Amino acid sequence: MSKRKPYTRELPVDWWLKQIFYTKYMIREGTSLLITVYSLILAWGVLRLSQGEGAFNGWLDALQSPLAIILHLLMLIFALYHTVTWFSLAPKAADLWFNGKKIEDKVIVAGHYGAFAVVTIFCLLIITL
Amino acid sequence: MSELTIDIDVLRYRPEIDEQPFTQTFSVPYTADMSILEALQYIKDNIDSSVSFRWSCRMAICGSCGMMINGVPKLGCKAFLRDYYPQKVSLEPLANFPIERDLVVVMDDFIKKLEEIKPYLIPEKEKCLSEGAYQQTPEQMAKYKQYSMCINCGLCYAACPQYALDNKFLGPAALALISRYNRDSRDNGEALRMKIVNQEEGVWGCTFVGYCSVVCPKDVDPAAAIQLLKVESSKDYLIGMFKPD
Repeated sequence: MSKRKPYTRELPVDWWLKQIFYTKYMIREGTSLLITVYSLILAWGVLRLSQGEGAFNGWLDALQSPLAIILHLLMLIFALYHTVTWFSLAPKAADLWFNGKKIEDKVIVAGHYGAFAVVTIFCLLIITL
Repeated sequence: MSELTIDIDVLRYRPEIDEQPFTQTFSVPYTADMSILEALQYIKDNIDSSVSFRWSCRMAICGSCGMMINGVPKLGCKAFLRDYYPQKVSLEPLANFPIERDLVVVMDDFIKKLEEIKPYLIPEKEKCLSEGAYQQTPEQMAKYKQYSMCINCGLCYAACPQYALDNKFLGPAALALISRYNRDSRDNGEALRMKIVNQEEGVWGCTFVGYCSVVCPKDVDPAAAIQLLKVESSKDYLIGMFKPD
């Protein structure tokens, strides 16, 4: 008779706190919640804009409150964290070959930061000019 | 023999006696060039011959001695006491697999998944031996070589929380193995394998944690294989909308 009795270990609920790599991953995924909130605030602004000048100015005023500023700072930090971690992973999703050789990871990452800088400057120009 | 010693915690489980695993601590003479696997062999030869663990080549080729070393999936032969000394080392069987005995895990599910994905060349037309070998340029080989380096050690499955949460997920090594064959210029079985890739349990079960690629002892980078297969799967879906089979 077989004495086999394989033992299956339970996955603890806090598995993602036991390894820093998993914790960082959960934070990266969690940032999307705050980015969703930010998108909703922007969408709300577009809706207020369609309701006239008064409504839109009310939305702008609401954004000046200390709570709104703190929330936006928090959302900026999380968005930047997401950006940095995502850019570092980008080479894994790119299979670019040049002259029979795979393009190096750091070139792809640098390309992302370059595009990020160009888009940021472009947006700033639109807003300020 | 060296007078220095290091403590090693081993998670023991003897199915004929134990209801659940327990930790046993062994004191082993320490030398800087001693691997974790050699420490286990010292324990088996000199302290407790009942300690069970898998090993074969001692040089990171066979993929037998995968285990959790201080909670990180590693090959016992490729990890050294000097990287832990003077702290104690904790050894546990590979996570996310059932324990057979001590550090030996049941890998049946992993092997079944490797077999499922048609891990062999499916040429468009079988050639007669007299026609010679299937030719390939170095460039064509470079497209898949990295994914062919897998030694089936299972470390990536022990590192994958998605596999831990639901073991129906095909998992890193099997998906990387799909890439190995799909990217091979001599192979024509991509359409067959994409049916497996496209499933929820295929690439879409992956949430890109990326730890599989960190722990891989052969730099196969299964996370990259899976993300690229997601691109292929999306293309497959789009093409299928306009041109059903």
